[in-house]
Order: sequence, then structure tokens, then C-alpha cells
Amino acid sequence: MTAAAQGTARRDAATRSYRELIARSTARTLARRRVMARVMIGSTYLAAIVATLPLILIVWHLLERGASSLNWNFFTHMPAPSGEAGGGMANAIVGTGMILLIASVVGLPIGIASGLYLAEQRGARLATAVRFLSDVLNGLPSILLGIFAWQLLVRPFKHFSALAGGMALAAMTIPLVARTTEEMIRLVPVSMREAALALGYTKWRTSLSVVLRTALPGIVTGALVAVARIAGETAPLLFTAFGNQFWSVSPFQPIAALPTQIYNYAISPFDDWHSQAWAGALILIGLVLVISLAARFVTRNRFGLAAD
Amino acid sequence: MSAPDDVRIAATSPSLTLVAEALDAYFGASRVVRDVSFDVRAGDVTAIIGPSGCGKSTLLRCLNRMHETVPGARVEGEVRFEGRDIYARAVSAIGVRRHIGMVFQRPTPFPTMSIRDNVAAGLKVLPRGDRPSRRDTDDVVEHALQRAALWEEVKDRLHGSAIALSGGQQQRLCIARALATSPSVILLDEPTASLDPISTQRVEELVYELKREVTIIIVTHNMQQAARISDRTAFMLSGELIEVGATNVMFTAPRDSRTEAYITGRFG
Repeated sequence: MTAAAQGTARRDAATRSYRELIARSTARTLARRRVMARVMIGSTYLAAIVATLPLILIVWHLLERGASSLNWNFFTHMPAPSGEAGGGMANAIVGTGMILLIASVVGLPIGIASGLYLAEQRGARLATAVRFLSDVLNGLPSILLGIFAWQLLVRPFKHFSALAGGMALAAMTIPLVARTTEEMIRLVPVSMREAALALGYTKWRTSLSVVLRTALPGIVTGALVAVARIAGETAPLLFTAFGNQFWSVSPFQPIAALPTQIYNYAISPFDDWHSQAWAGALILIGLVLVISLAARFVTRNRFGLAAD
Repeated sequence: MSAPDDVRIAATSPSLTLVAEALDAYFGASRVVRDVSFDVRAGDVTAIIGPSGCGKSTLLRCLNRMHETVPGARVEGEVRFEGRDIYARAVSAIGVRRHIGMVFQRPTPFPTMSIRDNVAAGLKVLPRGDRPSRRDTDDVVEHALQRAALWEEVKDRLHGSAIALSGGQQQRLCIARALATSPSVILLDEPTASLDPISTQRVEELVYELKREVTIIIVTHNMQQAARISDRTAFMLSGELIEVGATNVMFTAPRDSRTEAYITGRFG
């Protein structure tokens, strides 16, 4: 073989072995990556299951303990002393309904209007301040809102009332709804606003007739989610609505509510009251579930914001 | 001078519908339209062409006072619509926009309204005296949809969702919506940019049909489109109006070398 041919042969051999080296190392890397991918995907599945586990356990537990006490009496009868059969939580169910009504009537319009303001006047100094304060309020422990309502609506009048309870919950609803409303309105594309402006709509008419209407399903969802959230709040009701063993639908009197009734029964020493508390908790979680389902139903895709 | 919500017209120059004079448009401190002056004759289709970012859309938006809706944007100069400066202090922007319609690049039907309500959307904000009755509204809607060449396709589903229409149909719906208030000028901002070729052709035919009744100003990045449908063409570059003239002259014997360079495809 000539020197040139020898050189070429050496170079080819070197290239071949270099290529083999690369191929082997690539195969190893690829295998390692495939394993890593499976591990990561598996971990995310595991995390999702762990995340839903508390809910599943709670519902299972509640069904186990509370289903037996659920009967027609539960929904129609007043609380009975321990030992007496046939007691119920009718007053608490109606009471929760009433407090949620007060909280919604006061909190939702104010919250939605604030959200609209925040979305429309995005950069204004007042808007920035309101947004910040809303976020702070959202993070406030709910018992503080109860104390605030107590100071304003219970102490001057010298008695507890459903109204005070409703107002405490309204104060919780407002910042929650304001933020979700703002987010939903900001999702409406600028092009839609411009289309309305180009037709001769004024700025506020654009906001109300076009933007708000388009964002409405999302806003309603936000409102329902907020109501579901406050339905279970106990701390603000402890010294505002306080609870009532008797039937009452007056907003100016103390009123029973599911969370407070459950609390009172649960800390009592009576077993039959404990079973009633489980049943009450089951009803409460059922209420939250129904509201959440309603929220999902509202945003099903019919009109509203559709994809391009 | 009182401030009416509409611009009551007393035509001083009946053949010149729109005249821009020394128009400057700013986004904050940045001047994107520089000292533009040109005029638009009634019944003409005027095309504004130029490379991306030259300010043609901004110029168009100055003509119906839409530019100022962007925060931080402002306009200096004059735009005379049928003799009156639309930027005069006494003139309301809302009134201007009711007389000068606009169609945007991407179709924007209102998703919560039916087809009929979409077309009638502009009628709802007319002042009480000019607003048509319910029956008249149906007639206006039908007339507008016919002029937009959409009537045959939607006459059986006027109460259906507007967003169920195809892209081309939605854009014609937006044109019908703009036509419903019978404006004398319509501004089209790259109306066929997001449409397929068949829909594009339909819209171009539409422009040709409409020009008898409405003055049209169309911004397009498609030179061939400008050559096909316009009577006059304006070429813009970096915010300045380089040349404006009859379309056939512009495309065959442009006066400015930059116009020639753009038209022959040397840049843009």
C-alpha cells in the first residue's frame, strides 16, 4: 500500500471508530432521557393523585359517617336536645341560605363594578391602590373580617344578627370577585373594543354593552366560585350571626348557619349530635359541589369567547 | 359653536371628501406619521401602500379619530371631512366615527350577538332622532347585508351566532356592520390580510361595487390588490407620504425613485 493509501485507511478507521463512539454515547443518552421522561411524567401523575386525595378522603369519610343521619327530618326539623330523635338542621340550612343571599346581594354588584373599574382604568393611581388593597384583603384571615363586622354591626346594636354575618361575608366576597372580574374583562381582545369604538360607541357603552357582555360567563363563574368559598366560612360568623337554636328568618336577629351549627354540635359531648354534625358537613360539601357544577355549566362553550 | 354629536355637513368642496393637512401622529414621543398632506375625492377608492411599519395603518386611524383611543397617542394637524376639521375642539370623536366607518384586519363580530344584532350594532348608538324603528332596522340590516354580498348566505339564520360564520363571511359581516349606518367614507385596514384567496376576491369585488356610493380608503400591503381595485394610490415610507397619484400612473411611471424601488420589489 502506498503511503497515501495507508493514510486514507487510517483516517477511515479513525472516522468509523469515532462514529461508533458517538452512536454508543447517543444511544446511552437517549435511553437515559427516555427513563427520565417516564420518571417525571410518573411523578406528575403521582402528584395529581396526592393532590386530590384529601378531597376524596373527606368526601368518603363524610359519606360514611353522615349518610346515616340524612333523612327527611334533617331537612325539615329544628334541632332537638340530645337523646330526642327526629332533630334536624332546617334552621341552619335556611340560615346559610339567608346569609349567602345577603352577602351576594351586597358583595357581588360592588365586586363586579370594582373589577370593571380596575380593568378599564388599569394604570390609574387609584386603580393600582385598589388592586393592592384587594390583594391584601384576599389574604386576610377571615376571623378579622368577623371582628370588623362585630365592631360595626353587632356592638352598636347590642345583639347578633344575620345581617352582620352577611356583611362580614360580603367583605370577603368583594375583593375576590373584583380580581376575577378584572381578569375576565382583560381577556376580551382589544380588537373587540376597537370595533365598537369605530362604530361610534362611547367608551363606557363599549365597556358595558360589548366587553362586559362578552366576559359575562367568566364573571359569573368567578361570582359562583366566590359564593362557594364563603359558604363554608365559619370564623366570621362566630360572633356576628352567632347561631340560633330556634327558627328565625329575620336579618336583625341571630341566625343559625350550617358551619356554626356543625361546630357547636361537633364540640358537644353527645354522640347523636356528632352524627348530626357529620350530616351537616355532608350537606355543606354538597352545597359547594352544586355551586361549582353550576359555575362549570355556565362557561360551557355556546356563545361567549370562542376560539378563532 | 355648539358641540353636536354628529358632524352636520355643509359641503364647501363637494368633490373632496377628506383632506389631510400637515398630519402628525405620535405614540408618546415617537412620531410615526410625519407631516402628511393629501386629499381624497368622493367616490374614489384610494389605496395606501408601503412597507411594514411605515405608518399607513396609523394614518388611516387618524382619519376617523381612532388613533387617540390608544393611551399616550396624539395627533397634530388637520383632517377636514366635507369641509370641517374633525380635530376641532367643538367636534366630538364619537360623531366623527359614526360618519366614517372602519373595518379592521381581523374580523371582529361581537360574539354575544346574533348576525342581525351585529349588523344593527351601529344603529343602536345613533342619536334618538336618527335611530330607525324595529321594522326599519330589519330593512337596514337586509340592505347592508346585500351590499356586503352576504345576504343570500345568512338570510335564513339571521338570529344565529355570528361567530359560527367562516372568516371570509365574518369579514363581510363586519363590512355590513360598517355600512349599516350609511357612512359616506369607509376605511379598510388591510381587510383581506387574514382571508383566503376566494374570500379576498369576494371582498375586492365588493369594494368595486360599493365605490359608487361610498368613498373608500384602503390600506394594503398587497401591491397587486392596490393596482387592481384603487383609483388613486398613496405610497408611504417611514411615516412620510412619498407620492400620491392615479394608480395606473403610480404603477407604470412613478415620479419618486423610492416609489419605483418599492413597486418593483427591490424592498418592502
